[in-house]
Amino acid sequence: MENKNERRKEQILRMSGVNPKKCMRCGKCSGTCPSYDEMEYHPHQFVSMVESGDLEPLMSSPSIYKCLSCFACVDRCPRNVEPAKLIEALRLTVIREKGANHLLADQIPALLDEEMPQQAIVSAMRKYSK
Amino acid sequence: MQRIGVFVCHCGTNIAGTVDVKAVAEALQYEPGVVISKEYQYMCSQAGQDLIKEAIKENNLTGIVVCSCSPRMHEATFRKTAAAAGLNPYMVEIANIREQCSWVHKDIPTGTEKAIILGKAAVAKVNLNAPLTPGESPVTKRALVIGGGIAGIQTALDIADAGFPVDIVETKPTIGGKMAQLDKTFPTLDCAACILTPKMVDVAQNDKVRIFSYSEVTDVSGFVGNFEVTIKRRARYVKEDICTGCGLCTEKCPQKKVPNEFNLGMDNRRAIYIPFAQAVPKVATIDPDYCTMLKSGKCGVCSKVCTVGAIDYQAKDEYLTEKYGAIVVATGFNPISMEKFDEFAYSQSKDVITSLELERLMNAAGPTGGTLLRPSDGEHPHTIVFVQCVGSRCASCAEKGKEYCSKICCMYTAKHAMLIRDKYPDTDVYVFYIDVRTPGKNFDEFYRRAVEEYGVHYIKGMVGKVSPEGNKLKVRASDLIDGKQLHIDADLVVLAAAIEPDKSARPLATMLTASMDTNDFFTEAHPKLRPVESPTAGVFLSGACQGPKDIPETVSQAGAAASKVIGLLCKDKLTGNPCVAHSDEWMCNGCSTCEKVCPYGAITYQDKEFRMPDRTVKVRRVASVNEAVCQGCGACTVACMSGAMNLKGFTNQQIMAEVDAICK
Repeated sequence: MENKNERRKEQILRMSGVNPKKCMRCGKCSGTCPSYDEMEYHPHQFVSMVESGDLEPLMSSPSIYKCLSCFACVDRCPRNVEPAKLIEALRLTVIREKGANHLLADQIPALLDEEMPQQAIVSAMRKYSK
Repeated sequence: MQRIGVFVCHCGTNIAGTVDVKAVAEALQYEPGVVISKEYQYMCSQAGQDLIKEAIKENNLTGIVVCSCSPRMHEATFRKTAAAAGLNPYMVEIANIREQCSWVHKDIPTGTEKAIILGKAAVAKVNLNAPLTPGESPVTKRALVIGGGIAGIQTALDIADAGFPVDIVETKPTIGGKMAQLDKTFPTLDCAACILTPKMVDVAQNDKVRIFSYSEVTDVSGFVGNFEVTIKRRARYVKEDICTGCGLCTEKCPQKKVPNEFNLGMDNRRAIYIPFAQAVPKVATIDPDYCTMLKSGKCGVCSKVCTVGAIDYQAKDEYLTEKYGAIVVATGFNPISMEKFDEFAYSQSKDVITSLELERLMNAAGPTGGTLLRPSDGEHPHTIVFVQCVGSRCASCAEKGKEYCSKICCMYTAKHAMLIRDKYPDTDVYVFYIDVRTPGKNFDEFYRRAVEEYGVHYIKGMVGKVSPEGNKLKVRASDLIDGKQLHIDADLVVLAAAIEPDKSARPLATMLTASMDTNDFFTEAHPKLRPVESPTAGVFLSGACQGPKDIPETVSQAGAAASKVIGLLCKDKLTGNPCVAHSDEWMCNGCSTCEKVCPYGAITYQDKEFRMPDRTVKVRRVASVNEAVCQGCGACTVACMSGAMNLKGFTNQQIMAEVDAICK
């Protein structure tokens, strides 16, 4: 179990390219996040929980799907930690472990809507596909 | 043939931990020229030095090799030891088997092998060493201080107090620097002007101090004790010695729309101006970018109203050249630009200001006469948000911010918050911080007073976004302790901008050949033991040009720099470095290459008569080195195509012998 968790952490860090040790706990990511109030765990907690290997609660929390992938936290982080990339890696880990895609590219045209911004479609692919 | 002694130091376990020192001593015993080889626990100790002295006398040694730490550490020590035993100090070579060997290697066989090789190289070099005698140079007993802020002022006053003449060169029309712009100072809340302006007057009245305001250094040549500096005195179009500073011209000038840099552009001044009431020298200056007379030849109002005839539209920049024994750099700092921090809306809203702008808004001589009003509509702000570390401790944004902590922001923000709560108790003040850093006498107590007695809301967290909406600033921030995201409707947002060295520092460092770090702060000769000296001899550092500093620290560093300058100017003669370039005139082909590469201008060419083997006399053009100016950098020895140039103590032959010993 211990080992599996370690492997997961390793994988998440490699996928995201994030080094959570660079975080100086300023909380600018959480100060900037537009979905903050929707989340159980907040961007700065993602970083510290991944660093301490506390992955189970994060992976089973709906918070990882509340992230809009707007990348405001990545843009504004003074230490280049890039929390959104970490959250993305967490999501992908969950989806991959389940072994299925939640959203296939073929399904997208049917879901399209005039008002939907391009960015949202890209984000949806980021969030729901492995 | 030399008689060489080798002395291998254990340095406790520093060296002996990864180098078999006994094996090193034994291996070096059989090198050519070596007559004795010993090891000892601490060569630099008195007992170790005595061991060297005795060995020199008993064995009639002509050179020694000490295998120990870096020559930067103890070369001087062992040279003195050798001199005490009657040996020329330049017959000492250090093999660095600590920093370059034991500290970088992990296992004993590799460490030992490398130590032996380094020792062999040093022995090979000593075999070719020759005794050297340093020359002497005189000292010009006058100091130059570059920068007229509190650092420069204090340094100049202290040097003048010891009886030496000092010149201050300041780029602005007045001395005073950043401190003149401040309102109050932490942690005592003294009024900045009340403690600074008397010092400015002291400088102005001191007959040992000359102030060159509105001037800059454009060229530096020479060396410690004998600098020659060119100072550009920019044309101020007002005769400094005649102007009485009555200020009539500054009231009558019709050009009223010039952004006032002293108030950071928050109000306007005239084209002819005196930056502030206590300016020193109290002389008007015409801003050539805005004066209509200078631009189009039509106006001349100031010259008509001036009762003493001080206006001179024909003035030109003047250059003067002065000699100095020592130079103090006190170029100070500036807050960084906030333009690139889009998330804080600095460029979008007038009500997002920097802390220095807030100082002016709270200053009785500032644009609002000391009443805190919003720059946008002149209303009294009821909710004020302070954001700490804007651009400081910022690793991600080399083009935006700085990686270091700017050090002074925590304290001045506590001061601002406290003063606002004291003067306007109906105001809510929030301070968003990452850490509150308050090391310093009475500093933490001061910050706690802001929280406990003045009710400032300190919130651990950072502001993520400021968006102007109507006449409010919507602030979104995190509260990490309560685990909340806060939304505050603020009237005023104050950014604690990181500070950076003044832009003039980099070109100045080039002129002085003084070293800087990647952030353009001047580097000190030793971070702990020589904090006010630049590694370039005769150049000293004072104030924030060396690193972020508050006023008390700046003043103490200014005094320290002054005492170093006084120590230098007290000497009548300086002993030079004998390891300088020397030209073999018989080999020199007169090509001038060395003259072109010399960064110090130490090489000149002259025509000289030579008696040739066939008894004729021939005039040849050859290089000659001014030993007092040469710094021994070796550029000429590399450039010389005929191999005539050699550095004493580091000749081409010596270096090749070292390389041979290493490659054998």
